[in-house]
Amino acid sequence: MKITTARRISQAFFLALFLWFCVVATVGERLWQLRGWPVNWFLELDPLTGLTTLIAGGSLYSGLLWGAATLALTLLLGRFFCGWVCPFGAMHHFIGWLGNHSKDPKERARRNAPHPAQQIKYFLLAFFLGAAASDLAARLLLGQGAAFAAGAIAIALVLAATRKGQGRDFYFIAVGVLLALWAVWSMAAPRGGASLLAGLLDPIPLASRSVNLALLPLADMPLRIAWPEPRFYQGAAMIGAIFLAFLLLNLWRPRFFCRYVCPTGALFGLLARFSLYKVGKREARCGGCMDCEALCEGACRPAGRLRPQECVLCLNCLSECPESAITYRPKPSAAGEVAPDLSRRRVLAGLGVGLAAPPLLGLGGLLGPNWDPRLIRPPGSLPEGEFLRRCLRCGQCMRVCPTGVLQPAGPSFGLEALWTPVLNNTIGTSGCQPRCVACSHICPSAAIRPISLAEKLGQGEYAAQGPIRLGTAFVDRGRCLPWAMDRPCIVCQENCPVSPKAIFTRVAYQTVISGLSAGEAGGGELAVSGRALRPGALATGDYYLVAGEVRARIRANTNAALSLEPGPGWHTPTPGSPVAVQVRLQRPYVDPARCIGCGICQHECPVSGKRAIRVSAENATREPRHSLLLKGAGPH
Amino acid sequence: MSGQGKDLDRREFIGRAAKAGLGVAAVGALAWWGYDGKGPDATSGAAPSVKLPSYAVRGRERRLAIVKSSHRVPALRAGLEALGGLGAFVGAGQRVLIKVNAAFASPPALCATSNPELVAELVRLCKKAGAREVIVTDNPINDPASCFELSGIGPAARAAGARVMLPHPAAFASYSLPGGRLIQNWPLLWGPLEGVDRVIGLAPVKDHHRSQASATMKNWYGLLGGRRNVFHQDINGIISELGRMVTPSLVIADGVVSLARNGPTGGSLEDLKPTGTMILGTDQVAVDSVAVGLLGLSPSQVAWLGLAQKAGVGTTDYQALKPRLVELG
Repeated sequence: MKITTARRISQAFFLALFLWFCVVATVGERLWQLRGWPVNWFLELDPLTGLTTLIAGGSLYSGLLWGAATLALTLLLGRFFCGWVCPFGAMHHFIGWLGNHSKDPKERARRNAPHPAQQIKYFLLAFFLGAAASDLAARLLLGQGAAFAAGAIAIALVLAATRKGQGRDFYFIAVGVLLALWAVWSMAAPRGGASLLAGLLDPIPLASRSVNLALLPLADMPLRIAWPEPRFYQGAAMIGAIFLAFLLLNLWRPRFFCRYVCPTGALFGLLARFSLYKVGKREARCGGCMDCEALCEGACRPAGRLRPQECVLCLNCLSECPESAITYRPKPSAAGEVAPDLSRRRVLAGLGVGLAAPPLLGLGGLLGPNWDPRLIRPPGSLPEGEFLRRCLRCGQCMRVCPTGVLQPAGPSFGLEALWTPVLNNTIGTSGCQPRCVACSHICPSAAIRPISLAEKLGQGEYAAQGPIRLGTAFVDRGRCLPWAMDRPCIVCQENCPVSPKAIFTRVAYQTVISGLSAGEAGGGELAVSGRALRPGALATGDYYLVAGEVRARIRANTNAALSLEPGPGWHTPTPGSPVAVQVRLQRPYVDPARCIGCGICQHECPVSGKRAIRVSAENATREPRHSLLLKGAGPH
Repeated sequence: MSGQGKDLDRREFIGRAAKAGLGVAAVGALAWWGYDGKGPDATSGAAPSVKLPSYAVRGRERRLAIVKSSHRVPALRAGLEALGGLGAFVGAGQRVLIKVNAAFASPPALCATSNPELVAELVRLCKKAGAREVIVTDNPINDPASCFELSGIGPAARAAGARVMLPHPAAFASYSLPGGRLIQNWPLLWGPLEGVDRVIGLAPVKDHHRSQASATMKNWYGLLGGRRNVFHQDINGIISELGRMVTPSLVIADGVVSLARNGPTGGSLEDLKPTGTMILGTDQVAVDSVAVGLLGLSPSQVAWLGLAQKAGVGTTDYQALKPRLVELG
């Protein structure tokens, strides 16, 4: 078997496995459901997810340790992950082949030639690492005092000044240093923090998000395997369009994403320079047929001086060379190698911009006074600052959520929160179900930390601290039927899952027909005059006749007579005395001490557009700063 | 194509003219076919409508059994026995629909949903009576898949050999209750009902703040789709219309343990009350009239019972049916 056949089998296998994991991430015990499938495995293998959460969040959570194995193997073998394992890479590889395999070999070799734009991914990597590290950097520098910070920057400036200026590179370093300075200064104010922006372009989170939130919901609509009902994700069009755009760009340049964009590939590239085994030529000279370059996936120039950091180990060159001039061995190519064409200063600039990004984003005040009460996070979520340092935006929580209430946050929530999970209680099949902790256990980076049912419900050892609150429901009295429109309803109260219910009612009798006077009584009926009644309209059991201070429930009515069900104290009104019709309303109130913010009331509210009861994030357990109530000061 | 500057020869002209003519004819035909001088009317896009037959078994009307027991499965068996056995209602080769209450994603111990052991036993008894297929369904309030799993009804029903049908947009059809005021052109969970011979309602007895009580009649709420919560503006009216909508073969109200407060969701064991009673019958108003008594209400206090009686669904005077009383202890 040719080595490239083995590679294709490996790619197909891992792509199928990745898609299978996306399908089976459904709560349930059947074979095609979650059971014990390691659905996060690809996210965990991706070392950039581990590295960025380690830098930004301070720990390498659970399965993210797999990333270390990937890095170790990369040091031995080179970028095996890109060419043999990465499911996103396999998609690019396949579409690139579709779009290019029939082209003239010369044209293909031209498209596969190394291009300076391949540097971009290294700058992106620097940017994302910087964004993840800005908080750490600030703590390291400011922890030693401002003098240390100023000293370090001064040294950097001196070093920069003593290196010979290379035209525009001077501007890059100037900008980089200025931005780093700005970053450190901004960090002194409590509005900065790090942000795990890497998830936006990190290939496995990107592919997971795209498949989970765009591809699978489309594919599953007629199949109904992943979800029994159609699944909706707000803003999925943008997520899907970006995915599609990256796939289509392969028609222009094979492996466009891998060559120019992929920050994980860049990380592998930095290590692959030093890997034990490498692709290379046995002899410096060969026939120069360029067949290898027509087939080269990584644009790493196998025919000439090789760029080992770009080689994705597709091994097409090795397999197809008519002279067998190419080999894979623990020795650099006989024709020589070219180190990454990277300007240290540009990398520094990327890092500086990255360091500055979170403080810049922080100016929006999301972590401070301008916190967004619509940002209702899943149960178990860390406080917002820490949440943003860990959330990969991979979409796993939104995929596994049985109700579909977890949705990708759109741009209106701030760029730093883009595509992170947020509860939208009007979409999906229910609010957040009290007896479900699926999202907290699937989260690969513990942005949603794993919680037990007992902790979520505040039972057993958690009884003293009470249930986990996601927010609080507020009644909009301008839209609520019993409050604003004299119509009985209380669907919210009925559906409140808390015991005793967090929604309680107070009864109010509201006069809806006045100006009536009592007539003759007889045969269980009372005649009324003054206004014609709509026959049967008052027979719903919610209407009462009030005479003085006492009421009788109306059982039935004609246009001029009522059938009454006398209550205690009722006496037939004297003919001619004024009477009125009242509706008995149970008006809903929320007890914030009991409300867990599950959003089921909001989901069920019959005011179907903008609901008359809505949850917002006040009083959420994860942010004590946003608590609503004074402890021990309530009536109960 | 002829060369530039050359005159068109006749052959080519005829060929091109024919193609152009065909093109013109095609455009004209398409425009003729699609032309609409009026614009769409207000009722466009309405779903096809269905009718619901009566599922009552002839000669078995006005039957009622009240079983006193603290165990559900023996109570069910004894109650069915008192009604003449399930074989009196389910015949060989029939398709039976069991409408459970699976409204909430809550565990069976909280009694907010039909008891899974009871569902399983009823499925087995239907199968034993010769049913060709037993379907278990509901359109729950919380997420359907979670409701059936967490309530235990899904696994129990499947294990007993039933087909569990979850709601899906394609399973709904438009329905209008003849002479009804509220249920008009409303989505009905028709998929599970299509082609069934018998319908059995199996519901727990529960407290309900708006309607005072929930038992077998309110259980039909789970056959409605759409934004059915608007009907809470006239809860008594909708429950009595639901009673008119479904004429069941048999209904069973499980009040062995009742959800006596904080209903209909419950949420705590403290909301439960052992009421030791299971009511089975063919008159849903009579069955529910007994059931509300378990919650300390008299039928005359419950407006929807009065409305249903007035609409001819059944009688609140359940003693008139001469109920069979069974004491199991």
